[in-house]
Parts: sequence; structure tokens; C-alpha cells
Amino acid sequence: MKARFLIPAASVAVLFGFFWYALKGGNYDPQLIDSPLINRAAPGFSTVRLGDPNQPLGLQQYLGKPFVVNFWGTWCAGCRQEHPELLAIAHETRIPIIGIDWKDDHAAAANWLAELGNPFQAVGIDDDGKIAIDWGVYGAPETFLVDAQGRVIHKQVGPMTLDVWRKEFAARLPAGAVK
Amino acid sequence: MNAELGQIALILALCLAVSQAVFGLVGAARGWGNWMAVTRPATVGQAGFVALAFLMLVSAFLANDFSVQYVATNSNSQLPTLYRVAAVWGAHEGSMLLWAMILALWSGAVALLSRSLPQGFACRVLGVLGIISAGILLFILLTSNPFSRILPAPFDGNDLNPLLQDPALAMHPPILYTGYVGFAVAFAFACAAMIEGRLDQTWARWTRPWTIVAWLFLTTGITLGSWWAYYELGWGGWWMWDPVENASFMPWLAGTALIHSLAATEKRGLYRSWTLLLALFTFSLSLLGTFLVRSGIIVSVHAFASDPLRGVFILGLLATFILGALTLYAMRAGQLRSSAGFELWSRESFLLFNNVLLIIAASLILLGTLYPLLLALLELGTISVGPPYFQLVFLVPVIPLLGLLIVGMHSAWKRARIAPLKQRLVGIVVAAVIAAVLLSLLFAGRMRTMVLVGLFLAIATMLSALSIPFDSLRRRLPVPRGVVGMAVAHFGVGMFALGATVASAYQSERDVSLAIGQSANVAGYDFKLTDMRMVEGPNYVAREAEVIISDAKGRVVATLHPQKRTYRVQQNPMTEAGIDVTWQRDLFVALGDNLGEGVWSLRLQYKPLIRYLWLGALFMALGGIIAATDRRYRTAGAREATGETVPERA
Amino acid sequence: MNAVVRVLAAGLLVATTALAIDTEPPLPDPDQQARYEALIHELRCLQCRSQTLADSDVSLAADLRREVRRLIAEGRSDAEVKAFLTARYGDYVLFRPPLNQRTWILWLAPGLLLLGGGLIAWRVVRHRTTLVPTDTEELDAGNDRS
Repeated sequence: MKARFLIPAASVAVLFGFFWYALKGGNYDPQLIDSPLINRAAPGFSTVRLGDPNQPLGLQQYLGKPFVVNFWGTWCAGCRQEHPELLAIAHETRIPIIGIDWKDDHAAAANWLAELGNPFQAVGIDDDGKIAIDWGVYGAPETFLVDAQGRVIHKQVGPMTLDVWRKEFAARLPAGAVK
Repeated sequence: MNAELGQIALILALCLAVSQAVFGLVGAARGWGNWMAVTRPATVGQAGFVALAFLMLVSAFLANDFSVQYVATNSNSQLPTLYRVAAVWGAHEGSMLLWAMILALWSGAVALLSRSLPQGFACRVLGVLGIISAGILLFILLTSNPFSRILPAPFDGNDLNPLLQDPALAMHPPILYTGYVGFAVAFAFACAAMIEGRLDQTWARWTRPWTIVAWLFLTTGITLGSWWAYYELGWGGWWMWDPVENASFMPWLAGTALIHSLAATEKRGLYRSWTLLLALFTFSLSLLGTFLVRSGIIVSVHAFASDPLRGVFILGLLATFILGALTLYAMRAGQLRSSAGFELWSRESFLLFNNVLLIIAASLILLGTLYPLLLALLELGTISVGPPYFQLVFLVPVIPLLGLLIVGMHSAWKRARIAPLKQRLVGIVVAAVIAAVLLSLLFAGRMRTMVLVGLFLAIATMLSALSIPFDSLRRRLPVPRGVVGMAVAHFGVGMFALGATVASAYQSERDVSLAIGQSANVAGYDFKLTDMRMVEGPNYVAREAEVIISDAKGRVVATLHPQKRTYRVQQNPMTEAGIDVTWQRDLFVALGDNLGEGVWSLRLQYKPLIRYLWLGALFMALGGIIAATDRRYRTAGAREATGETVPERA
Repeated sequence: MNAVVRVLAAGLLVATTALAIDTEPPLPDPDQQARYEALIHELRCLQCRSQTLADSDVSLAADLRREVRRLIAEGRSDAEVKAFLTARYGDYVLFRPPLNQRTWILWLAPGLLLLGGGLIAWRVVRHRTTLVPTDTEELDAGNDRS
């Protein structure tokens, strides 16, 4: 048979190869959107602290050393799920975790932290969603790792776990910075 | 007990499907008459058992048997009876069973209606269908069993997604599946022909009616889905270019090309290779659609909750069926040369251009749908390919297609006999230009090039299609059903294009905030909010508004009652739009939120000529019904049985 | 990962059933309002992925519409509004894929396929017209229009 008659079969086989790879190999997750923030300077933000409108909270205050930013809300089921993990992470590392309370009821948020524990070094409020938009957040919870040079070097979409912390976050930082 | 019976029925069906395949293919290959004789009964038996299993599932829903996991996830005791039946195909497992049943019923139909086919060929067709059925039934039994029990049984179920609680949407999957699963018959005919080495005009004539019937069901199914989306989703859209919608549209485009290609193969023995490939690819695109919807590989509201294991299994089935068939193709394709000749503007040429353009359209949609996936797999980031791309790119092959259709409908086989038709065609062109200009001025008071082109093509297509039977009747010549069907279907294409062009170009939409007693104006109509109250339905509560619409002269044109419903079980809000329909336009009102102080948000829309879109598509399906019942498909059977051979092209 | 998918998927299904209606007053400049409406019909909602910003009911979509409106009112061009969004969400937020290195195949495909198809059609017709003199088949007389 002439080789060109195999072209349809060959093209289809290549396409199926892609599909197979999508299902089995690699980390393909159709729900994930690539973040253009990775390896770029962290977007500035300037807000006030939860429960204390006189206390400003801004990116500037944390630059110079690695830190983590976590977007959460009391309305978000995944945030409830990740909360104990965040507490464990906060216990394990001295890297500050800054929480941004995204479009949330302040009183409910304060109660939540009082009842369930507070893993955050500081919590800022984002009532109009502008900070979340600047950080490209599309579904809570989302957690960002910022390095000592002020660049976003990793992003986790969905609940954090201690395992993810160790493998994806801590592993990206120089050893001395984490503990 | 019923669920267990259903389970057993499925297993028996699987055994029968395997028998169908083995006895059919081996029997035909060896010429063993007693093996071949088993094939038809096995097929009919398989159909019976799959149908039985399906009925068992329906009975579990009707009886509110929440100990069956699938029933518990998709139904509820407050669900009205019609929707309890529709819930059977509301999620993955049940819809897969529907798929299997429809395939089995098509196979049964082929078994019962193929007496006029030579026995060996018929057995091969049934054998191939048996392989496909066996694969699907195995998939159901191993990964997607609708009959598994959940113990202890929940007290009540999760309820059917309210979006699916609608009569049109209840009918949409069965009709759609009858269409796209029906292309398996053309696929099986093609495989049988390749196995036998018989790929002549007779094969084309046998395949054609089965393909037309599948095609017309697919046309109707897609139309129902589009119409439903328009009135149910609240924002007046009728086609979203969603990956799953594209997955049903691509087999439609390929199926349309197939029907036309079969015409040339049947008449002149031409394009056998193309027709064969189209027969294989149309069903392959159907299977691809099934894969995309159920594997979780693509993000879509239509996608069923999925599981990579299921995805891998379906991919395995796809690879077996499609690569198998394409390998057969590679082995046979070299033998398919024909020595027929034709002139440039003959019917054969027009059919060639038609094939090329439809295949380009299907390829562009395939590319656009899969591109984001391919980029993501190559780690090149995430992009979106949405309606702005598809709408633009789809027009590139479709505009020349319509232009060629207007002339091509009149073409003759082998010779270019357009000259005698010049007068008629010029008349059509002039009339269409005038009508296009008039319509433009009527709707917008001005003219835009693209809209004029669209209107011209649409109207010229309709006139051209009507002129064919009209001309024959005028000359008192008989008009065979095949010709009537063709004219009706092409008329439908033109009508669809008219509705799509006018609705897209001249629609208007406004979001307003109104208190009771206030009104807003859209496209010359005055919409006044006059009342707001709570109403109760069988399984929901709703806030209902009353909106009175008057025209520019102050006469009341319609009173609409848009609702915002909250279904009691799932607690999600749903919009039910109020629509006023006339032959010229739809007026559409959707209720939004309470903005406080007695003010409500509403979306008001004016959609001119939008009904013609769906009406046109229904004409296409009607044309298909008429064409499929042409005498030559019914009497040909008698000729075959008497052993008369049809002269073949080399 | 599966849990994330399910949480997000649950969010998708609920939100698509309700309708988004803009409750802000239109922009004072009708040209700007027209540009705003056109833009929000081309931008993707990042939670309800199968809807545009214009049609999606979720709060993220409302926030993004507000940002688009603000930027247009400030006098930014369409390109600048798109750049603002793609700097934060990537090209995913654009339903009309941009023309760049990654996407040139998408945009050139229609033209290339039309050219390729035209070439194939031309070759087939040319070959077949040469066969006409040697093709002696008699076709059915009568109405052979189907």
C-alpha cells in the first residue's frame, strides 16, 4: 500500500498520543490557568488590617525576605479545608503567611480566626476585590510564594497542604530561610 | 430487584454483542451459512436486552428507588414524572446506557431491514456494529454501571439539575444520540465494504438512506439544544461554540459532506476514497465527542463529572475502532481509482467543492476546540479560543459554500449545462439583491456590507432551492422525492442563514433597573414592569414579575411573566425568561435581582427573525426525511433480491 | 487535585443558572459604553469559564466588569484594557486569541486550508476534465438532478 494512505491513521494516532499524555502523563489539569505573575515582581497592595482600620498593611512591609500570601474567605469551603494545614505550616516555618480576606464579612472572618486558630502573621482586607484581581486570583483559596527579591516564584490554586508546602514551596527557597 | 435484573440484562447483551461480532465476521469470512444465520437473531436479541436494561433503570427512577446510587444522585421524590424519566439520561452512567441502547436499536433496525443485502455483507455490517456495541457495553459494566446500589439507601435523592428539568432538554439527548450514534451504521457499512473489497455504487446506494436518517436526527437534536439554550439560559444566546457543542457540530458537518459525497459515488462511482474516509471520520468525530465530554480533559458546562480511568477506557475504544478502520482504509485505498470524467461546472465539481469546504469548516472547528488543550500539554501556557474566533473563522469556508450552493443546485451530472439556466439564475440574483437591500433598510435604516452579503446569500439560496421543483412542476414533469427533499433541505439552509444574519446583526439588548410602574424602551418597544409576586411550582418557589410590552403606537403587544426560581432541593437560583414570539421578532425579558427599595434589574432583548434560524434547521431535517424515503431506496431491494446486477464503474 | 476539581466544578454549575445583569448606569459617553459592551462580550469569566464577563453572575465577573468600566472611563484604549487583564490572568481571559508566536497557526489556518483545498480541487477537476472524451458512460435519462 502507498505510504500516503497511512496519513489519516498516523495523524489520528498522534492526536490520541496527546490525549493519552493528557490523561496519564504530566500534570495536566484543565481547570488550572497559567499565572503570568510567576517570576515577576509581586504586585503591590496597600490595605488595612482585619479588625483594625487604623493599621495599614502593604507589600512594602514584607519585601526583603521570603513570605507567603494566602487569599481566603469564610464563604469558601476549600479554605475551611486548608485551615488546619495552614496552621501546621505556620508552626513549621518562620516564613510569615500574610492572609488577604477576600470579599468577606469582617466579623465572621474575625470569629473564624478566633475559633479555628490564626496561622497568619497579619490579615488584610480586600472588600472590592482589587487586590485579588491584581494577583490574578480566580478561585479561593490561592497561595503565593514571594522570594527575598520580591518576585512571585510559585502559586498554589486550591487548598494548601503540608505536603505541598514542603515539596513546592519550601523546596524553592534556600535552606536557611525556611526554618 | 429491578436493578439486578437490569445488570443481568446488560451482561447478556454483552454476550450477544460478542456473538453478533464473532458469528457475523467469522461466518462471512469463511462462508459458513449456519454461523451467518445466527448474526441477525443475535443482534435483535442484543437490542432487546439492552432495551430491557434501560427499562429497568427507568423503572427504578419511576419507583423512586434511592437504593440505586445513580437514582439517588439524579432524582428526587418531588420531581415531576416526566423529569424522572429524563433524569435517566441526566448524568454519565445513564446517558451511556442510552448511547448503548440507541446503538443496539440501530443495529436491530439494520438486522431487520437488510434482507435485500447479500448475506455475507449484511453479516459483516452487523459484525462491526457488534464490536462497537461490545466495547461500549464493556465500558458500562466495568467503569460506569448505573445499577450499583448504595446501602443504606438515602431517604431522598439529590434532585435532577434544574437546568435539565425542561421538556426540550429532556428530548435533546435521545434525539441527538439517535443522530450521532446512527452514523455508526455508515461506519459499519464502510468497514464491511473495505473488508470485502466491495466499494462500488451499490455500497453507496445502500449506505445513503441510513446516513440521511442519522443526519436528520442529529440536525434536529442540535436544533433542540440551541433553542433550549436560547429560552432557558436567559441571555438570548443560541450558540456558544462550547467544546461540547462543537463536538456535536463537527460530525454534522462531516455527515453533510458524507451525504453529498455518497451522491457522487452512487451516481458515478466517483470520490470513493473520500466517501469512505468521510464515513469513517463522521462516526469517529461522534466518538471523539463522547470522549471529550466524559474524560474530563476539557472544561465545559456540558461535561459530565468524569474520571481519568473512564477517559483512558474510552480512548482505548476510540483507538481500537478508529485506528482499526483507518488501517483497513490504508490497505484498500489504492484500489479505488475510477475513470469517470466530468466538466468544470458539472454537478461532480460542485459536490467536490462542497466536500472541500465542509471539511475545511469541520477542521477549523476541530483545531479551535483542541488548540488550548494542545498548547497546555506542550507547556506553552493557557489560552482561550472562543466565539469571536469561531464566528469569524467559520465564515471563511461557509460564505463561498453558500455562493456555490446557489448555482450548484441546478447543475447537471458530467456536463456543465449552466448556460441554459443563466436567465433563471440572473433573476434569482437580482431578486435577492433587492430583497437584501430592502430588509437592511427595514431593520436598520442603513446598510452594512457583511450583513448585505449574508442576506443576499440567504435569500438567493432560498429562491434557488424553491425554483427547482417549481420549474419541474411548471413544465408538468414528475418531481422525485429525492429532488423535493434536496430542495426543501437547501431551502432550510437559506432560511437558517437568514435568521442567523438578521438576529445577529439587528438584535438589541439593554440591562435596566425598574421599580413597579416604571418602563424602559428597547428597539421602539416599551417594557413596563407592572407587578411582582411569589408563586409556587411542584418542586420550586419563584419570584414572578409581570411586564407589559407596548409598541411605538402605544398598543399592548404582550404581557410576559419572567421568573426567578429557587428549586427546593438544590437551592440554586434559575432564570425563566418571558418571551413573546411572532413571525417577525422575539421580545425577551429576563428577571435579575432585587436591588432594594422595590427596584428590580431586568434584561430586555429584541431579536428579529430569530425563529427562522430553528425553523430553517427543521426544514433541513424535513428535507432529509423526504429524501430518505425516495422510491429508489425502497424498490432497489426488490431488484437486488432478483439477482439483477447494477453496472459498475471500473 | 480531584477535590479541587470538584469544588470548582460545583461552583461552575450553580453559578451558570443565574443571570448577570449590569446594575450600574451606562457610561455617559455612548461610544465608551459601546466599547465597554463589546469588550465584556469578548472577555472570559474566570470562574464560569463557558460564559463571557457580560453574562456571568459571579462576584469576580462583577468586579472585573467594574475594572473594565473604570479603565474605559479613564480613557484607556481597548488594547490597554486587554493588557491590564492579560498581565494578571494571561491570554486565557481573552476569548479571541491574540495573534502571536503561539497562535499564528490558529489565525493562518483558514487561509492555508482554503488554499490547500483549492489546490486539491483544481487538480482533481483538471484530471477529470481530461477524462471526459474517454468516458462513454450513458447516464440515466430524465430528471437526473439528485
